[in-house]
Amino acid sequence: MEIKVLSNILGANDQLAEENRKLLDSHETMMVNLMSSPGAGKTSLILKTIEALKNEIRIGVIEGDVSSSIDAERISKEGVPALQINTGGDCHLDANMIRSAIANMPLEDIDLLFVENVGNLICTAEFSLGEHKRVVLTHTPEGDDKPHKYPLMFTNTDVVIINKTDLMPYVSFNTDSYYAAVQGLNEDVQIIQVSCTTGEGVDQWLSWIRQQLT
Amino acid sequence: MHEMAITRHLIQLVQAHASEANTSKVRQINLIVGQLSGYVCECVQTYFDLLAKGTIMEAARLSFEIVSSTGQCRDCNETFEVEQSKWICPKCNGTRIQLAGGNELLVDSIEVE
Repeated sequence: MEIKVLSNILGANDQLAEENRKLLDSHETMMVNLMSSPGAGKTSLILKTIEALKNEIRIGVIEGDVSSSIDAERISKEGVPALQINTGGDCHLDANMIRSAIANMPLEDIDLLFVENVGNLICTAEFSLGEHKRVVLTHTPEGDDKPHKYPLMFTNTDVVIINKTDLMPYVSFNTDSYYAAVQGLNEDVQIIQVSCTTGEGVDQWLSWIRQQLT
Repeated sequence: MHEMAITRHLIQLVQAHASEANTSKVRQINLIVGQLSGYVCECVQTYFDLLAKGTIMEAARLSFEIVSSTGQCRDCNETFEVEQSKWICPKCNGTRIQLAGGNELLVDSIEVE
């Protein structure tokens, strides 16, 4: 006998993500899932954001890595709550890991909760965490062909940040074709160019954050 | 890729539906897997054979229907299979292409006793 199921295999993850979202909403905490390949500058962007906004917005950070607590330690030094998740081999964070993490964070004292996901453009795109916004960070040295190589990541995101604009003169990065590819996959996406090193464009990113919190 | 994690989720999902149907044996699980998901079906089968031991789906056969990466041109609405990562519309050469299929990961149906 055949039984029709027609269900998403990751449905259980989606359900947990929904529960995470409800908990965050009850505390009026906005969660931003920040994803990128390794070394694109996620931690630098978070540090730049904390430096600019910490007297204005209460920020918390969940760090996701296969191992080590290097990033959480760097964030903690800035005086914001930071929690490290070590996945021990998993290539992405999932809703269950976030559920445990947010149970151990002072959500009542956090307006903006960053999740710095594991450095990976494939797997992180597939697992909802219960986030309010998804941000993909790319960087100029990785080239302009990544949107079509990782279409799911670029389709399901609210913001694409192009980091390391200061390196544009030294790498091959065609901005026009990059924008066409990203906007083709995702009509509503906002693309922001920044350099976490020089500070160029960071104001635009900070404005986007402020807009989301009003 | 994380085929083991996916296989665990798959087993939980099938277990839930099989319990609902009050069945004691699952013979076959029919899956729909998009090309873009990147999952290696042989890996899923291998993990499944290990993890399903002792359950009502032990020795069940997994059948995979693969869905190709599909794009739709935003300029002329043409839908096409994206081959060799060529995200260019075959009709109008447009490069503004949205994802129209290929990221599915579903249990379509199960065959039970």
